[in-house]
Amino acid sequence: MSNKNDNKVLLQNKDWCKGCGVCVGFCPTKTLIIENDKCIIAYPEKCIFCGQCELRCPDNAIWITAGGKENEQ
Amino acid sequence: MNCSDITKKYYRVQKLTHIWCPGCGHGTLMNTVIRAIDKLGLNKDDVVVVSGIGCSSRAPGYMDFNTLHTTHGRALAFATGIKMANPKLHVIVIMGDGDSSAIGGNHLIHAARRNIDITTIVFNNNIYGMTGGQYSPTTPTADFATTAPFGNIDVPFDLCKLAQGAGATFVGRATAYHAPLMQKLIEKGLQNKGFSFIEGLSLCPTYYGRKNKKGNAFNMHSYFKDNCVDLKVVQKNPEKGENKILIGEFFNGPKPEYTESYQVIVDKFKELRRD
Ligand SMILES: Cc1ncc(C[n+]2csc(CCOP(=O)(O)OP(=O)(O)O)c2C)c(N)n1
Ligand code: SF4
Ligand code: SF4
Ligand code: SF4
Repeated sequence: MSNKNDNKVLLQNKDWCKGCGVCVGFCPTKTLIIENDKCIIAYPEKCIFCGQCELRCPDNAIWITAGGKENEQ
Repeated sequence: MNCSDITKKYYRVQKLTHIWCPGCGHGTLMNTVIRAIDKLGLNKDDVVVVSGIGCSSRAPGYMDFNTLHTTHGRALAFATGIKMANPKLHVIVIMGDGDSSAIGGNHLIHAARRNIDITTIVFNNNIYGMTGGQYSPTTPTADFATTAPFGNIDVPFDLCKLAQGAGATFVGRATAYHAPLMQKLIEKGLQNKGFSFIEGLSLCPTYYGRKNKKGNAFNMHSYFKDNCVDLKVVQKNPEKGENKILIGEFFNGPKPEYTESYQVIVDKFKELRRD
């Protein structure tokens, strides 16, 4: 069985993240936390790829890619 | 660069991260401009982004188009020159509330009056962010600012009504929280052949937020979420608009466009010379 989210990955650029917490506040599944003034993808297994974090992040520091694992850093 | 494809395509990524404070609404609004351009599939070389001075006016520095960072309040004057010189370009102006309606208020009303084909986007955070939190023409009455320590006695402009009254042919308002609506309004503004005015309510947690005890960036987004209502809803149920901020498409009424009218005059001169 394949799921439409199968090859989606949530990625981030911690250098760009300013720890504002907007993504954490709007994430419906509590996937994200703030630690040491940075957003951390603490529970990636909870992510439903709704895109709220990417839509609202002022710093382009978190995004979803459909490209599979090769983009991960 | 470690970023999304759309960021890579449309930003000068080597200049990021941007200068704005954590949670500043300007970053979220800038992304709505990018997504609108991407959705319409505009050629990057045909897009010009012009700004004045202010935190908001830093945006074009990060955006990978033809860009011009000009002087405080004068972005529309420069943009008018660009559009007159090459009417084929898509000219976008990004300004702050102070930039557009205090020092630049006269440029705004006359660009609107002429209905020149420029898409003007105001990042309205109700304060002068860059210079330290002075009140602006959109600071609500009784709100606080560094120059209004006992509360602002001025009455704020409704920028959309101002632009519409002056002659803008497409007018709408959204917020940093209502990013999809903001994107849609910018798309329609870019498609309108004439002066389009889109107000994006932004958030300045550093000055406006702190001075007025509005909480953090998430709280300020949530305020927009809970306190805005679309004009379409209010038209059906007027009571739903009570004490709310109106958002949505307010006006769309095409009129002759300035550079096209100017071309008619140019053609008449050419005919005269031929006789
Ligand atoms: C001619 C001139 N007058 C005043 C200034 C100082 N100044 C710089 S930005 C600014 C206002 C910024 O507020 P706004 O336009 O609302 O943008 P924001 O920073 O809030 O995004 C002022 C008064 C200037 N740079 N040039
Ligand atoms: S919204 Fe962006 S900048 Fe803010 S904490 Fe989340 S990832 Fe970091
Ligand atoms: S995509 Fe949605 S569920 Fe996943 S982290 Fe972002 S906001 Fe949370
Ligand atoms: S001062 Fe306000 S408007 Fe300027 S970058 Fe900081 S939060 Fe944004």
